[in-house]
Amino acid sequence: MTRLLEVDNLTLQFDTDEGRITAVDDVSFALDAGQVMGLVGESGSGKSVTAKALMKLNPGNAVYSDKTKITLHLESGSVDIMSLRNSTEMQVVRGGAISMIFQEPMASFAPAITIGDQMVEQLLIHTKLNKKGARELSIEMLDRVGISDAAMRFGQYAFELSGGMRQRAMIAMALSTKPKLLIADEPTTALDVTIQAQVIDLMKDLVTDFGMGIIFITHDLGVIAQTADHVAVMYLGRIVEQGSVRDVIRTPAHPYTKGLLAALPNLHDLDSPLVAVPGDIPSPLERPSGCVFHTRCSVALAGRCQTEIPRFSNVSANHRAACHLVETKGGI
Amino acid sequence: MTDKPLISARDLSVHYPMRGNVLGPKQVVRAVEGVNIDIERSNFYGLVGESGSGKTTLGRAMLKATPITHGDVTYDDGQVRYNLSTLKGAELKDYRSRAQLIFQDPYAALSPRMTVRDIIAEPLEVMGLTKSREETDQRVREIAAKCRLNLEHLRRFPHAFSGGQRQRISIARALVSRPQFVVADESVAALDVSIQADVLNLLKSIQQDMGLTFLFISHDLSVVAHICDHVAVMYLGRLVETAPTRDLFAAPQHPYTKALLSAIPSLDPDDRGKAQKLEGEIPSPTNPPPGCKFQTRCPFAIDICRTLEPKLEKSGKEHDVACHRWKELMEE
Repeated sequence: MTRLLEVDNLTLQFDTDEGRITAVDDVSFALDAGQVMGLVGESGSGKSVTAKALMKLNPGNAVYSDKTKITLHLESGSVDIMSLRNSTEMQVVRGGAISMIFQEPMASFAPAITIGDQMVEQLLIHTKLNKKGARELSIEMLDRVGISDAAMRFGQYAFELSGGMRQRAMIAMALSTKPKLLIADEPTTALDVTIQAQVIDLMKDLVTDFGMGIIFITHDLGVIAQTADHVAVMYLGRIVEQGSVRDVIRTPAHPYTKGLLAALPNLHDLDSPLVAVPGDIPSPLERPSGCVFHTRCSVALAGRCQTEIPRFSNVSANHRAACHLVETKGGI
Repeated sequence: MTDKPLISARDLSVHYPMRGNVLGPKQVVRAVEGVNIDIERSNFYGLVGESGSGKTTLGRAMLKATPITHGDVTYDDGQVRYNLSTLKGAELKDYRSRAQLIFQDPYAALSPRMTVRDIIAEPLEVMGLTKSREETDQRVREIAAKCRLNLEHLRRFPHAFSGGQRQRISIARALVSRPQFVVADESVAALDVSIQADVLNLLKSIQQDMGLTFLFISHDLSVVAHICDHVAVMYLGRLVETAPTRDLFAAPQHPYTKALLSAIPSLDPDDRGKAQKLEGEIPSPTNPPPGCKFQTRCPFAIDICRTLEPKLEKSGKEHDVACHRWKELMEE
């Protein structure tokens, strides 16, 4: 397996009128080609900001710390993303080596330009194809993602397609430049379950066929269980637990991951009560000290969790969690 | 608990006219078509379906929030008996205090310029249910306490609250007029998982304390499974299956219900690829297919399904299903 992406000490703050807000705090992870990494978290956990940082797509008030290092390993050599200064330099990654699909396919397509013209435009920028070649490839990709009558759809506008079809077209467009890394930000959240199942299947096929890496962002642990190889659980800008999907979902070690799993309705046991994680997600302006989860944690250690930031400790070979209790007891 | 339903619909249809081309034929969206439903007093009744199934329209028709094209909706709480198709004037105003709605998006549903106290008090003032400001304040404080909002919360504006707190404010506003019947339309869909469980538990306990009758509209079967007593599954404006929750989840009979259940992403990574997948998408309600509305996606459709629409029939003591082949499919 070849290493595709390395993220080290990603720390990102936003300058706002109300002060400097920490959105991502010391996040590190790596991804191999042909692997799917799930990034799970609730609103405000920093998962989308983390993904956008990989292409430096965050708005102008974003401040990256000096320690942040993001490296993309391509056949032509490694790219240090943080050193890319302007949009011309960024073209290597934006829409080239990295593509992104978003949650709202309606908002991601320009409404007054046909789907086909949008697909052709990006191919003309990122590949050596001429207009005719770009058109042929676009129609072939639309067909590949399961859109029937692709040549007709090529000439249509986004509003003429259903939600599921729009998301397929978005995927076709993102993959037509043959990216090495695909970032999928909640790609199925706006879709109905039956359509979600179709889109998940499609994405799994595509990883196998194209051998790219995928970062799959979602709040739905079920979707992660069905798609990802590895998973990182984020809370308030920090990764609190990461490891192989089986380990994290079957034997969660961090109290937050445990809480998330307990809060999910279980269809196999309708009598089990729904257990909410107590309290609310704190405002980013009032970021808790020490362990960011201690304000909602039912097993927090008095004194220690409020003051000391927990380091990662290994739960098993392929599974680690950032929690003082894992550190002290080797598990809770 | 009586056997007489609190609210029932007979052959209820809601059609929306659609402006087509100037020269083209006039089109009609058949959002709800020939629905029969009985909701018993103190029942937590779930209504599930994908987008475009007509579940919101059915809920709105039962609140007389949308014109009823055909059929009857009867409300009978022992004190008053109303036929919604002909309800108007003072009686309609009275019905508004007896039937209430909780919205999906707690960010859009609350006016940012009103304090929480004024938001919750507004229905009382508009409907003239209280005689003095003291009485209004008393009612507001009572319901706020039930929804775990304290006096300090009542003085603040909505922007100071998190999603879960806002939804509790919406619930308090809906319940302050002491309704008998409450429609909750996707009331937890916009909330994070860790908060969702808390709001669901609150809804359930309030419903039991106050003996309320709920119509809980949701696209999420696993949520419905945990909170509802009875479930109806909707597809393209029709009810395709209704049953007590346990029966429906233990032994679903309609192929669509089975497919919906199967499409929920399992938390077990070893379940990959096991789901039974539905092909295609929900047809347009302006141009529904002949016969059974599900035939275009049903893996079991035969000739009769393509010509004759199945009626909802008894398949168990309290179980109803609309499928020509439910019996043979159960035996397989």
